[in-house]
Amino acid sequence: MSKLISGIAASDGYAHAKVYRLIEPDLTVEQKKIENAAVEIERFENSVKQSLVEIEKIRAIAAESLGEEEAQVFDAHAMILADPDMTQQVEEMIESNKINAESAYHEVTETFIQLFESMDDNAYMQERAADIKDIRKRVLANLLGVNLPSPATIDEEVVVVAHDLTPSDTAQLNKKYVKAFVTNIGGRTSHSAIMARSLEIPAIVGTGNISEEAGADDFLIVDGIEGEIIIDPSEDEVAEYAKRAADFEKLKLEWDKLKDEPSLTADGKEFELAGNIGTPRDVEGVLKNGGEAIGLYRTEFLYMDSQELPTEEEQFEAYKSVLEDMEGKAVVVRTMDIGGDKELPYLELPDEMNPFLGYRAIRISLDQDNIFRTQLRALLRASVYGTLRIMFPMIATLQEFRDAKAIYEEEREKLITEGIDVSDDIEIGIMVEIPATAVLADQFAKEVDFFSIGTNDLIQYTMAADRMNEDVSYLYQPYNPSILRLIKNVIDASHAEGKWTGMCGEMAGDQIAVPLLVGMGLDEFSMSATSILQTRSLMKTLDTKKMEELVDKAINETTTVDEVIKLVEEYTN
Amino acid sequence: MIKQDFHITAETGIHARPATMLVQTAGKYSSDITLEYNGKSVNLKSIMGVMSLGVGQGADVTITADGEDQEDAIEGIKTVMKSEGLGE
Repeated sequence: MSKLISGIAASDGYAHAKVYRLIEPDLTVEQKKIENAAVEIERFENSVKQSLVEIEKIRAIAAESLGEEEAQVFDAHAMILADPDMTQQVEEMIESNKINAESAYHEVTETFIQLFESMDDNAYMQERAADIKDIRKRVLANLLGVNLPSPATIDEEVVVVAHDLTPSDTAQLNKKYVKAFVTNIGGRTSHSAIMARSLEIPAIVGTGNISEEAGADDFLIVDGIEGEIIIDPSEDEVAEYAKRAADFEKLKLEWDKLKDEPSLTADGKEFELAGNIGTPRDVEGVLKNGGEAIGLYRTEFLYMDSQELPTEEEQFEAYKSVLEDMEGKAVVVRTMDIGGDKELPYLELPDEMNPFLGYRAIRISLDQDNIFRTQLRALLRASVYGTLRIMFPMIATLQEFRDAKAIYEEEREKLITEGIDVSDDIEIGIMVEIPATAVLADQFAKEVDFFSIGTNDLIQYTMAADRMNEDVSYLYQPYNPSILRLIKNVIDASHAEGKWTGMCGEMAGDQIAVPLLVGMGLDEFSMSATSILQTRSLMKTLDTKKMEELVDKAINETTTVDEVIKLVEEYTN
Repeated sequence: MIKQDFHITAETGIHARPATMLVQTAGKYSSDITLEYNGKSVNLKSIMGVMSLGVGQGADVTITADGEDQEDAIEGIKTVMKSEGLGE
């Protein structure tokens, strides 16, 4: 019998494939007294041998699917696994304490992990501690006779089922075989969802219990548009979804034709459609989908994918690569947005009651300005390779903007004095994601070069509803008239000063919101790469005069989200 | 048994990639090879042992090889020390 499960649609598309459970088994170790040490030592040696064979295999597959560089980590794993000292210590412990191999191995590795982790100023050692933990899992899984998932070895078409996916999990997924993924937790803006859209594979997050419902031998249909999963679908359902997938492919082919077209409305008004990226690799997807600019480069991945603060040189290379690949098209870089739901293991941030209302983004940058200065220097040095725009996240007051800009100017002057080339055409703007800033937009507009509205946060702060909390998710209302008024206020304020406004939240690619935003005259729409062509296709059907009328009514006459949606539908059909 | 002193010049000490190279090289010889630093001595064929010493820049270490191919071992290690820019 087929079974339907719903979650949050995180990335468009359809898939039908076998389940791959990326779920860690229970590796709890119990200490037991043993009689025969020789037998136990043999068990241990066999599990090490078995683990080595597995690691060799993973390494070979990873080298082929992910590249030699990603595969090298497994060389280090093999070396630690076969370490003669560690092996000796484990065997001595089995012998002298007469305990089982699992607990001896756990104890010996734990000593090393703690030793390496305590060498606290050394990021390299922290990574090795993480390596030992990885290897320990494999050896223990072999000793305990349980199956340990190794996503790098996937070599058939699958739907990955997980509780949640971390950046390192996703780095090991081969797009050729991973047709979709489904997780228990997360929302449309969580890391796994953003990753799915950048990989352009369908995904559903926040299902609650998919990891309990989907067994290893099940087949799944994933509907990334409606956010529905069918476990063990009937033949009819498979046929139905095959048809939907084919229709979706056809639609995508239609959209593809718009790849090199300008973004025009029915009456010929031009807008800019840009893409959001997290790493230089994502630029390819934006260009492939006809993006006209990068409207949001989330630089925090540079910080999150690392074991220590990224150096000026590392950052410079990343920014330069993006600017060069965009060949003169604008690139809006957001300075470090850490804090909130994004933590750094090496930067000790205080534990907070309300991290989203706490020490994050520009607040950290202004407080620990050495981190901020390094980033600004890297950006300034890269600026000569394209059209760079810089924006500061979480600006709440004009003073914060002035302070941030002063630091920027200082670093700029320093570089010029050092004789380093910097562009003299860098626009400096802010993210508008705090209601206070949206309300005071007319004052901000006098000093900034542009606004970029971050709707994900603007909505959660305006509605006072944590966007990670499923119990209040009904309050995440992009089309609430209050939000529309705030957005319009920001756009109008920028235009009054001859400035421009972009939007880089999920809302910019939302098919209900786009008609409203066109009516408000939003200048730049920045979204997941995969939404660009669909939005360009929608824009072609919209008449700006009619959309202005729609906005007028939505702002002045509607009272609820449902009324807004109904109104938009009336105006667009 | 032969001994050889080295002065570590690499900025990261014997931590990063070069440590792996050193251990791999030591593994090629049948001699017992040890690394001595700060009064502690570890098996140079053990990456965990080598890393646990935490040898930093400016450290003076002694490498001892004992066995049939001890001369070759010391020569091999010298070569890696040099080529990896570890020390002299």
